[in-house]
Amino acid sequence: MMLLKSESLPIVSEQDIVRARQVARQWAIDLNFKLIDQTKFVTAVSELARNTLIYGRGGFMLLEAVEKDLRKGLRAVFEDRGPGIPDIEEALKDGFSTGNSLGLGLPGAKRLSNEFEIISQPGEGTRVTIARWT
Amino acid sequence: MERIPILRMGDFLLVTIQVDMHDRLAMTLQDDLTRQIVASNSRGVLIDISSLEMIDSFIGRMLSNISLMSNVLAAQTVVVGMQPAVAITLVELGMSMPGVRTALNVEKGMMLLRECLDSDDSEVEDDAS
Ligand SMILES: Nc1ncnc2c1ncn2[C@@H]1O[C@H](COP(=O)(O)OP(=O)(O)OP(=O)(O)O)[C@@H](O)[C@H]1O
Ligand SMILES: [Mg+2]
Repeated sequence: MMLLKSESLPIVSEQDIVRARQVARQWAIDLNFKLIDQTKFVTAVSELARNTLIYGRGGFMLLEAVEKDLRKGLRAVFEDRGPGIPDIEEALKDGFSTGNSLGLGLPGAKRLSNEFEIISQPGEGTRVTIARWT
Repeated sequence: MERIPILRMGDFLLVTIQVDMHDRLAMTLQDDLTRQIVASNSRGVLIDISSLEMIDSFIGRMLSNISLMSNVLAAQTVVVGMQPAVAITLVELGMSMPGVRTALNVEKGMMLLRECLDSDDSEVEDDAS
C-alpha cells in the first residue's frame, strides 16, 4: 500500500466536525470518488468525528489518501484519549447509546465503509479506522 | 449569533438550508422554527435541503424533530429536494426519519402541504356536522 497524502485534523469543537467532513469531501473529489461514495464516506466521517468530540472528549482525525493494487482510497483514523468503550460489540449494535441518542453512528459508519476497525481500552481511549475505495 | 433565516409566505414558513450546519446551528434552527410556527400561527413548514450534500444522524434527527414538533403545533412539515446520494446514504446509515414527509421540489412540496391542509379542514367540517 502506498501513502499518497496525509493530514491530521484536531477534533475539539463542533466546527471541527464540519471541517472534518469538508476536508474529507474535497479529498474524495480529488481522488475521483463517485458522488455516492463521497457522500457515504463524508457521512461516516461526520458520525465518527462527533463521537470523538462527545464521548472521547476530543481528539483528532488522521486522513490518508492511499493506493493499493492501482485502486485509490481514503482512510480516516479517529483517535481520542477518552474513557474508552467497555463493550465494543454492544456499542456496534443499532440503537445502543449511552448518550440518549439514536445509536446509529458506529454501526452506520461501519455499513458506509469498506473497512472498519475499532480498538478501545477502557480508561485509555478509542481508535476507530475506516476506509473506502474508489 | 449565526442563524438560518426563516421566510414567512402566507400561512407557510420556508427554510432553505444552504450551509454545512454545525450541530448547534441545527439545534437553533429547530428552536427558531418551533417558536416561529407559534408566533406566526403557521400551518405548514417547507424545508428545502437541495443544497445539503450530507445528512448524518444529527441532522436527520433534527429534521425528524421539526416534523414531530410541528405536528404537535397543528402544522405540517415537508422536506424537499433531498439529493439521491443523500437519500441512499441515509438508508444505509439506518436513519429512517420517522414522521418526515418528503417531496421532490418546492412546488411539489407546496402542493403536498395544501393537500394536507385541505384534508385537515374537511375533517374538521366532518366533525362539526
Ligand atoms: N470515541 C468514543 N469513546 C467512548 N465511547 C464511545 C466512543 N464512540 C462511541 N462510543 C460509545 O458507543 C455508543 C454508540 O455510539 P454511536 O455513535 O453508535 O451512537 P450514539 O453516538 O450514542 O448515537 P448517534 O451516533 O446515533 O447520535 C455511544 O453511545 C458511546 O457510549
Ligand atoms: Mg454517535
